[in-house]
Amino acid sequence: MKQLEALTIEASALARGEATVIPVYPLGASEAEVGRILQICNACRYCEGYCAVFPAMTRRLEFGKADIHYLANLCHNCGACLHACQYAPPHEFAVNVPRSMAKVRLNTYSDYAWPSSLGALYKRNGLVVALALVLGFTLFMAIATAATGTLWGHRTFYEIFPHNLLVALFSPVFIFAALALGMGVSRFWRQQEPGPPSAEALGEAAHDALTLKYLDGGNGEGCNNEDDAFTHSRRRFHHLTFYGFFLCFAATSVATLYHYAMGWHAPYDLVSLPKLLGISGGISLMAGTGGLFYLNLRRHPLQRDPEQKPMDRGFISLLFFTAATGLMLVLARGSAVLPLVLCAHLGCVMALFATMPYGKFAHGIFRCAALLKWSIERRQPNRLQLGDD
Amino acid sequence: MIDVLVIGGGNAALCAALMAREAGASVLLLEAAPREWRGGNSMHTRNLRCMHDAPQDVLVDAYPEEEFWQDLLKVTGGATDEKLARLVIRESSTCRPWMRRHGVRFQPSLSGALHTARTNAFFMGGGKALINAYYRSAEALGVRIRYNAPVQRLELNDRRFVAAYVGEERIEARSCVLAAGGFESNREWLHDAWGQNAAGEWPADNFLIRGTRFNTGALLRFMMDAGADMVGDPTQAHMVAIDARAPLYDGGICTRIDCVSLGVVVNRDAQRFYDEGEDFWPKRYAIWGRLVAQQPGQVAYSIIDAKAVGRFMPPVFPGTKANSLPELARALGLDEARFMQTMRAYNDACRPGSFNHTVLDDCMTVGLAPSKTHWARPIDTPPFFGYVLRPGVTFTYLGLKVDETAAVRFGGEPCPNLFVAGEMMAGNVLGKGYTAGVGMSIGTAFGRIAGSQAARAALEEREYEAA
Repeated sequence: MKQLEALTIEASALARGEATVIPVYPLGASEAEVGRILQICNACRYCEGYCAVFPAMTRRLEFGKADIHYLANLCHNCGACLHACQYAPPHEFAVNVPRSMAKVRLNTYSDYAWPSSLGALYKRNGLVVALALVLGFTLFMAIATAATGTLWGHRTFYEIFPHNLLVALFSPVFIFAALALGMGVSRFWRQQEPGPPSAEALGEAAHDALTLKYLDGGNGEGCNNEDDAFTHSRRRFHHLTFYGFFLCFAATSVATLYHYAMGWHAPYDLVSLPKLLGISGGISLMAGTGGLFYLNLRRHPLQRDPEQKPMDRGFISLLFFTAATGLMLVLARGSAVLPLVLCAHLGCVMALFATMPYGKFAHGIFRCAALLKWSIERRQPNRLQLGDD
Repeated sequence: MIDVLVIGGGNAALCAALMAREAGASVLLLEAAPREWRGGNSMHTRNLRCMHDAPQDVLVDAYPEEEFWQDLLKVTGGATDEKLARLVIRESSTCRPWMRRHGVRFQPSLSGALHTARTNAFFMGGGKALINAYYRSAEALGVRIRYNAPVQRLELNDRRFVAAYVGEERIEARSCVLAAGGFESNREWLHDAWGQNAAGEWPADNFLIRGTRFNTGALLRFMMDAGADMVGDPTQAHMVAIDARAPLYDGGICTRIDCVSLGVVVNRDAQRFYDEGEDFWPKRYAIWGRLVAQQPGQVAYSIIDAKAVGRFMPPVFPGTKANSLPELARALGLDEARFMQTMRAYNDACRPGSFNHTVLDDCMTVGLAPSKTHWARPIDTPPFFGYVLRPGVTFTYLGLKVDETAAVRFGGEPCPNLFVAGEMMAGNVLGKGYTAGVGMSIGTAFGRIAGSQAARAALEEREYEAA
């Protein structure tokens, strides 16, 4: 089916004198399943009001690899379409949009990963890997600390890890994470470029991402978690997590600015800007990830891809421990456990950065790209002229 | 003892249960299906035909009572009851705030269904989302719900309801609402009702059931045998031409083939048999199930060419594709010579015109029988596609006769505590034909009436017992 559409597009492009060759990619099993399901959905369309996936679907008659990855990343796994589906299991059509989309997303993250050879890490990056990395990094730092001083005793932050050492340790990891994510998402974007974004489209995509518009069930009542009832809890806990993360990030950024631009060196007072941002961010992050973990445990079994459970929970746990050790750092200030806590916190942060491009973190980047694609695409005229049914 | 027993678990049953509970009655609802299949045919529905005199949230313009009534009169060919029909129409204009209170949400007309933006309010997520909302609301209000509880028979005393039987379990109640659906999934009953045709075929054996697998009509049969007043013809039903590969039950909306008016339809003998372009497809889709049922072998073939691709709702299964018409005939198993004769005659009869699928255009055939009166363009551009069609039964119209109180009747006399709603009585309003969303209008109106009446009857009985 896809071959036909691609050939048609190619033929008309050639006729216009453009030598565009549209490659046709073979579909993997999870992609083919999304293709099968969307063929059913496109003939039904009852769920059009829930989110952007279905209106985007109706602009297509056939679903190739690029369409499938785009739609899969547009899906927020809110679950509304599963509970409303007349074709959901036990119906023989066995339509399960959220699960099939989740399976494809795992492939998006691994297929488009940079460098490609590390893409397979996604599938193994679970809770155990995350915790092992945390322990590994913590141990490494603890040994290094013990070798240069003592691991127990009253020392200040920079006496344990000199500032420049921290910068030397973390910036390469962070830069690599940002680069790898950037390369991955640009591969995703280029496979089906929707054209340049208008300011309006950019604004809309940013709004939809920052408000989690598509976790509102299409009618402002939230999404599904354990059953067909709608709840705002996932959206709220996600907000706490997301904004908590950015408060923490802001805390670090402000501190960096203080350090280099102002020459004000840490430790800062409890009422200083970096501390306030960091403490509120840390509390928000702990509450958010705690809530998301709880919801994840209670999620309807059909509304998830069992294979992604380790990745989801690994990422949530890592964020939780990063926030928890960060807050403990505040409490441990001036006490003998500080070196240990610091090692643990830095271990968490290091593990978070190290797994960032190959773990659940990537969902945010790909989701934003898909939302922007949709905001651009929906402003373009629909090339189908479907008559009334 | 329970005040109100509701037998059935679809839209009409839930409307009745909610109304009765709101009126202060204790309510037990018996759904024949297991929880995952609950809701009967309602889970396949998507909208409600609504009268309105001015634009309302998801509905544009106005759809006044008289226009709704004329539409109903036209599709039923007069096989309706004006008093009950007007009752349904007026109810449809006021029931939506109540539906919203119970969690039902509406969305604008779906893409590909814009013709209904004025007349039909679409349920957000479709009928199953509506059903889910009603069940949540019913549970929250304290309606007791039992799944896997099919009722085979009732205990009646004269015209009074006494008890219902789930297997051998006897369930008493002060009043009862029957809302257990038609008999569309009872293939033996369909077999008998349609009988044998002149060619010696049993047409109904080739029908597919678009609707729920749980509407076996057991209660309808019981009431018929008990001598209740009936209405309608057992062969009348909501029948659509659907893809022959559709599952035997619960194929629902996505099995429709919507390209009929863009091409031609031939039967097993490769002959055309009806004007494919008689009217807009939304006004004609519901007659094609019956048309196909009247063809030899109860099968037909919808034929289009490349010009039609992208102009109709995408079908769920891919069509049979060929690069020439003879190749298509062979692929579909049709007699090639006769097929080519039919296609040549059609193509030659197409008068040039300006094709426009959104109006009744001037593309028609000349000197062809049967003619194609609109959107007739030669089928000449490869690739060609063919879809095999079968009759798909959604729901049957044979029902219990009622008046405006929804009371079941025996010999013209209403029962004091037995009421009926939904498919079991839709035939009072809809003797034949169909117009989109009217089944839900009838189910909602009479479900609500039956629930209120049953609550009133039960509460009066309770007072009488206490006195």
